[in-house]
Amino acid sequence: MTLEITTARPESALLDLPWSTPLEEWPESHLAALPRGISRHVVRFVKLGARVLAVKEIKDDIADREYAMLRNLRRLDVPSVEPFGVVHGRTTADGEPLDACLITRHLQFSLPYRALYSQNLRPDTAVRLMDALAVLLVRLHLEGFWWGDVSLSNTLFRRDAGAFAAYLVDAETGELHARLSDGQREHDLDIARVNIAGELMDLAAGGFLEEHADPFEVSASVIERYHTLWDALTGTERFELGDRWRVDERIRRLNELGFDVDELSMTTDIGGTEIVITPKVVDAGHHSRRLLRLTGLDVGENQARRLLNDLDAYTAATDRQGDDEEIVAHDWLAKVYEPVTRAVPRELTGRLEPAEIFHEVLEHRWYMSERAGHDTPIEDALRDYVTTVLPAKPEEKSVLGVDTEEMPVISRFD
Amino acid sequence: MATVTFDNATRQYPGNPVPSVDKLNIEIADGEFLVLVGPSGCGKSTSLRMLAGLEEVNGGRILIGDRDVTNLSPKDRDVAMVFQNYALYPHMTVADNMGFALKIAGVDKAEIRKRVEEAAKILDLTPYLDRKPKALSGGQRQRVAMGRAIVRSPQVFLMDEPLSNLDAKLRVQTRTQIASLQRRLGVTTVYVTHDQVEAMTMGDRVAVLKDGILQQCDSPRRMYDHPANVFVAGFIGSPAMNLMSVPVTEGGVDLHGHTVPIAREDLSGVGKDVTLGVRPEDLELSSDQSGIPVTVDVVEELGADAYIYGSTEQKLLEATGENAGAVPFIARVDGRRPPEKGEKIYLKPKVGHVHVFNSESGLRVGD
Ligand SMILES: Nc1ncnc2c1ncn2[C@@H]1O[C@H](COP(=O)(O)OP(=O)(O)OP(=O)(O)O)[C@@H](O)[C@H]1O
Ligand SMILES: Nc1ncnc2c1ncn2[C@@H]1O[C@H](COP(=O)(O)OP(=O)(O)OP(=O)(O)O)[C@@H](O)[C@H]1O
Ligand SMILES: [Mg+2]
Ligand SMILES: [Mg+2]
Repeated sequence: MTLEITTARPESALLDLPWSTPLEEWPESHLAALPRGISRHVVRFVKLGARVLAVKEIKDDIADREYAMLRNLRRLDVPSVEPFGVVHGRTTADGEPLDACLITRHLQFSLPYRALYSQNLRPDTAVRLMDALAVLLVRLHLEGFWWGDVSLSNTLFRRDAGAFAAYLVDAETGELHARLSDGQREHDLDIARVNIAGELMDLAAGGFLEEHADPFEVSASVIERYHTLWDALTGTERFELGDRWRVDERIRRLNELGFDVDELSMTTDIGGTEIVITPKVVDAGHHSRRLLRLTGLDVGENQARRLLNDLDAYTAATDRQGDDEEIVAHDWLAKVYEPVTRAVPRELTGRLEPAEIFHEVLEHRWYMSERAGHDTPIEDALRDYVTTVLPAKPEEKSVLGVDTEEMPVISRFD
Repeated sequence: MATVTFDNATRQYPGNPVPSVDKLNIEIADGEFLVLVGPSGCGKSTSLRMLAGLEEVNGGRILIGDRDVTNLSPKDRDVAMVFQNYALYPHMTVADNMGFALKIAGVDKAEIRKRVEEAAKILDLTPYLDRKPKALSGGQRQRVAMGRAIVRSPQVFLMDEPLSNLDAKLRVQTRTQIASLQRRLGVTTVYVTHDQVEAMTMGDRVAVLKDGILQQCDSPRRMYDHPANVFVAGFIGSPAMNLMSVPVTEGGVDLHGHTVPIAREDLSGVGKDVTLGVRPEDLELSSDQSGIPVTVDVVEELGADAYIYGSTEQKLLEATGENAGAVPFIARVDGRRPPEKGEKIYLKPKVGHVHVFNSESGLRVGD
């Protein structure tokens, strides 16, 4: 058989990887030692020029299916890892066939949950992760995606202005429908409940979970948060004809949650005294889209919210409420945002994403101001942050050295 | 222990013009291993989810034992959906890996330990209960994963393509394991697969679905020997049954001068043509030039037997399911004296080994 590489970005360096060797035996020289979640397949991170790719050894037809599914998810604009290619027709030097490889791009600044816990983060970390996972699950379900294997291991987390944003990493079991039935959504939630409790109990058994975090409560909280968000986004509301302001109010609430309303159905009842509204198409990324439009910055939803707040403050402070929004945004970018992110010494840029650093500098300024009892200029906060706070942070562009392993349950027999 | 009854069970997804499962009727006996099989989109998963209580039933009923569970929530049904992607947790002992889902369900500690120990005995895992999964072999790990389902001791196990991510060799080993385990436990099991070979080797009975409609539900033997319609005939069996359109004559059907006898009463009202089905192993070389003319394209020698793949001027029907698109004529012949590539041969069905279907309705004619 001949080696066949399918990729949207043909890159000849791909051919230099040792495809005729089982992934487990690839030489260190090709690998990047990054942490992974629990998995049944062999997964390795591979250096290819300036980028890092994740390679998963998996049955041929499943590789194709997952590759196609990840491409669909990207097209639908849900947060997921980016598919890079599939390699078929692998054989060893002796002609023994090897499984296919699915290649995705390593998601920069992403943190597997096991890495987050072993860093001893704030006690509310578990809750924030659940929030992020609930948002991801709602977004997937809104697009008609049934995941079939919801778990912390199959999710990657990125910092998002103090909170987290979740990305899907494993689409192996997923199905895409025009829309999901309630039963399909419940099925996913049921799987989530069991998997997450298991993963947290495992952390507890390994001594990585704070004593007071109860795996069952935490995993149950995903379901709760999911339902709250789902109802807020899709629920039907009815009110008197005179209370029409409540339509705007609903839209504002959804914006607050980070969603835009692209389509809303509005009907009056037979008597014509009541209005019934149901959001039909909602689209995540309200703040990040607005920031992108104004500044060209592509950042997480909460980061965007934070940056937009700072932009508002800047507009007010410079008394330019009457000016064109895009021009003010442009000035803010050049005078406030970029000076901060550019001031980070080169050797520290791998610690956090620029937008996250900006968020942290704003936080830092707030703490300093409170301590001092008066306003601290951002320049002072920045100088202090870069010398005292940032150097103490771990490198997160590609986190190193945490315990990770695959646990091949069914991929091999002895 | 319990029986399971689908009684005209129907599911139509909102926005779909037709039901995805349409008036499904199956009675599953206590302790039976029933396999639902059919091509992608035929409604297998939907049927299973209806039984699990995850999918709303729009018509008909579902019973477990004598209990009508149609409107019960999943947790009140005492069924366990065996999940295909069980992960094992490295820091937890084998016992905890097996029992943790019971903790979620609020079962008390002593009871969990008891059930885990029972399951471990069945799975030959007793000596390993206090070890970590890392210390186990691959086969043992897989049994631990099965243990997770067993400890729930439900009335019914539901499995949706549990072997789909294994390679061919492992699949064969694992399906034997699952089937023998199910027989030892005696728990009623509904198993979904798209793979007819898997269905035929595992099931006490097999239910074939197509477009949401049950085509046939029978033992593997009966299904193989008496497919109820052309779809089942083409779907079950590997290599696939040869299906061809043939003219009806006096006393039977005609194959180029060779008459295959068929009872007169069976042929009344079938029209001018019928669909004739013959499995590759039910053909013999003809000594004269009558029968199905086949030009041999490929000879596959398998020791005692050989398969020949050929072309014929006979009008062939495209087989279905995994065999779709493959329409060479296939015959099993004596491996010691196989015909040669390029040779033209004539084949006759062995007496009593033909399947006749109405060419309009596709339904089986006669027994
Ligand atoms: N593109 C990527 N970027 C960062 N991390 C990744 C990427 N792809 C995979 N990983 C890491 O590798 C781990 C295993 O990958 P994945 O879940 O796809 O494997 P799997 O064997 O299919 O898992 P499962 O046992 O859940 O089926 C993930 O938990 C994640 O930590
Ligand atoms: N949420 C949904 N909305 C509309 N149609 C759906 C939905 N979910 C499934 N269907 C349709 O119902 C039919 C049956 O689906 P189901 O998943 O039960 O099939 P299956 O036999 O399990 O297929 P596969 O082997 O591909 O898993 C298909 O036509 C499918 O497209
Ligand atoms: Mg995974
Ligand atoms: Mg299915």
